[in-house]
Amino acid sequence: MGNTIRFRDDEVHEEPAVALDSFLDQSNATAVRIEAGEDARVLLPYLDRLSLIEIDFPVFGDGRGYSAAQILRESGYTGELRASGDVLLDQCAHMRRCGFDAFSPDSPINPQLMEEAISRYEHVYQATSDQRKPIWSIRHG
Amino acid sequence: MYQYDQYDQKMVDTRVEEFRDQVKRRLAGDLTEDQFKPLRLMNGLYLQLHAYMLRVAVPYGTLSSKQMRMLAHIARKYDRDYGHFTTRQNIQYNWIKLEDAPDILADLASVEMHAIQTSGNCIRNISSDQFAGATADEIADPRPWAEILRQWSSFHPEFSYLPRKFKFAVIASDTDRAAMRLHDIGIQLVHNDAGELGAKFFVGGGMGRTPMIAPEIRDFVPADELISYAEACLRVYNRYGRRDNKYKARIKILVHELGQEEYTRQVEEEFAHMKQLGLNPPVEELARITQYFQDPPFDKQASVDIDLSDPDFALWVDQNISAHKQPGYAIATISLKPRGGIPGDASSAQIDLMADLAEQYSFDELRVTHSQNIVLPHVKKSDLYAIWQRLDEAGLAPANLDLITDSIACPGLDYCSLANARSIPLAQKISERFADLGRQRELGELKLKISGCINACGHHHAGHIGILGVDRKGTENYQLLLGGSGAEDASLAKITGPGFTEDGVIDAIETVTDLYLEQREEGERFIDTYRRVGMARFKEAIYG
Repeated sequence: MGNTIRFRDDEVHEEPAVALDSFLDQSNATAVRIEAGEDARVLLPYLDRLSLIEIDFPVFGDGRGYSAAQILRESGYTGELRASGDVLLDQCAHMRRCGFDAFSPDSPINPQLMEEAISRYEHVYQATSDQRKPIWSIRHG
Repeated sequence: MYQYDQYDQKMVDTRVEEFRDQVKRRLAGDLTEDQFKPLRLMNGLYLQLHAYMLRVAVPYGTLSSKQMRMLAHIARKYDRDYGHFTTRQNIQYNWIKLEDAPDILADLASVEMHAIQTSGNCIRNISSDQFAGATADEIADPRPWAEILRQWSSFHPEFSYLPRKFKFAVIASDTDRAAMRLHDIGIQLVHNDAGELGAKFFVGGGMGRTPMIAPEIRDFVPADELISYAEACLRVYNRYGRRDNKYKARIKILVHELGQEEYTRQVEEEFAHMKQLGLNPPVEELARITQYFQDPPFDKQASVDIDLSDPDFALWVDQNISAHKQPGYAIATISLKPRGGIPGDASSAQIDLMADLAEQYSFDELRVTHSQNIVLPHVKKSDLYAIWQRLDEAGLAPANLDLITDSIACPGLDYCSLANARSIPLAQKISERFADLGRQRELGELKLKISGCINACGHHHAGHIGILGVDRKGTENYQLLLGGSGAEDASLAKITGPGFTEDGVIDAIETVTDLYLEQREEGERFIDTYRRVGMARFKEAIYG
């Protein structure tokens, strides 16, 4: 986990994330990993006890993880949401907007460059789970 | 037309800087071509056969004169002095250098333009009716809705890595000039029983290898739920659209494989959840944007008469002028399909001239059409002759709107790395063979569409006559299709039979048009006769 860049203040979760199948089979796990094709909604009954959900990106062009993240945040999940796999610098800003607050990329990313990439756009057009105020909302108070 | 406020401007300015940084990292070798590709694609930059191609967005096909002049400037300064208007109301430049791309985007940003999301597996430019705001047959101007969608879809974090590209079209008329039902999402503005304006959604249309006409999935989405409904449509697609095969990855395949009912059920379920999330701009935002699309100050006293004593001008008026909602005004379509020309191409000088005419005669506004022509939307009838004279001098007055030589053609093997056959030379030869305007007018409305490969960028599935170029044992071969339409009577063309050589397919077109002339009944267009008579009769004439 040395490469993980976190945008959270809480303690790093020690327990390794288990595969979704294993998670559903055991009642006490608090960290789970879901693959691109897996349905994030099966986790909804367990959100209270989860403190880490890792979402894997097999290739950066596979965008299913963005929807998975949004669904989890929209459903009230507040624990760590970590993007892993083929996570590249230029995708991090969108991932942040979809609720990811930790990144564990296969190839390390310079944290300073990531910070710049994430903060580059001062405004946003959409309401997403990051709760930033969209431009239409600023326009109309 | 819409004008950026400080927020819109900041977004495109930031994009320029971001892309400048990305190009720098690519040129320095910090990004591999594989990593850079999705980034450049999201800025409209393709690597073609010979050079980079840059596609610039023209949101819903609407441009000011100033913007149009910038397009000429870019052609002159960075390209080979011409641009190519596309079937999605955009413009593309075929000879761009990577290192120039950031400067071009900066030039575009200075006139409130960009190349954001003109390629890539994301939501593309929102297209619309080129007669919006000018035609009498619409129930509202669709462009404010398109602008709402433009802003929502720009840099959408959840939907930037979709299974495949995603295209919207928005219209507000029963007459479909935008091939609305051949889009991933087609929206038609309608009134509900209470007289409120809302959106009828059609999802899962498209051309490509597997053409489909989008089924209607919802008859009315209120204005203040437009975005959450669109989000629901996209989310179901993003989660369940196929990613194992790029040729089966468009939403049309998902809708087809799930079935329209099941897809709709999933969308409705997602929508029920999403409409709670506060995703929709307030109605005040639509009202704010709509203000930019108010009618220009028309001269209510403008004469309704046109002096048609010049016979060439009279032909142009008869063919290229459409009815305007304001008496005394007309909608003039400038054909970019001259005899022997490349469909959709215009030189810098021609682009400048069209900008000048718009400034002088059309309240500073132009439109790009999906059939690769340019429109002056608000022209006084009394000015038409002066306009026509200047167009004619510049080679911009072909009187062939909607006739057989007003063809759509993809770039084909002359530019495109995907193509199997050339499209442009075939379009040129057809325009020579059918050059006689009297003959064209005798044939009447005839939509001819040419694609150089099965990806169907030349819309051959939607052609009354379609041509598909294929590679047959190393030589270019052309298949002939009949019976397609991208209009409100949308239908998909069918292949007649074995393909032809380049000259052979032109002969075959003559055969089918001759048969039409022989068989047609009073008032029938080519497509009407084809539908009545049926394929068999046409096949027999072609193959004997």
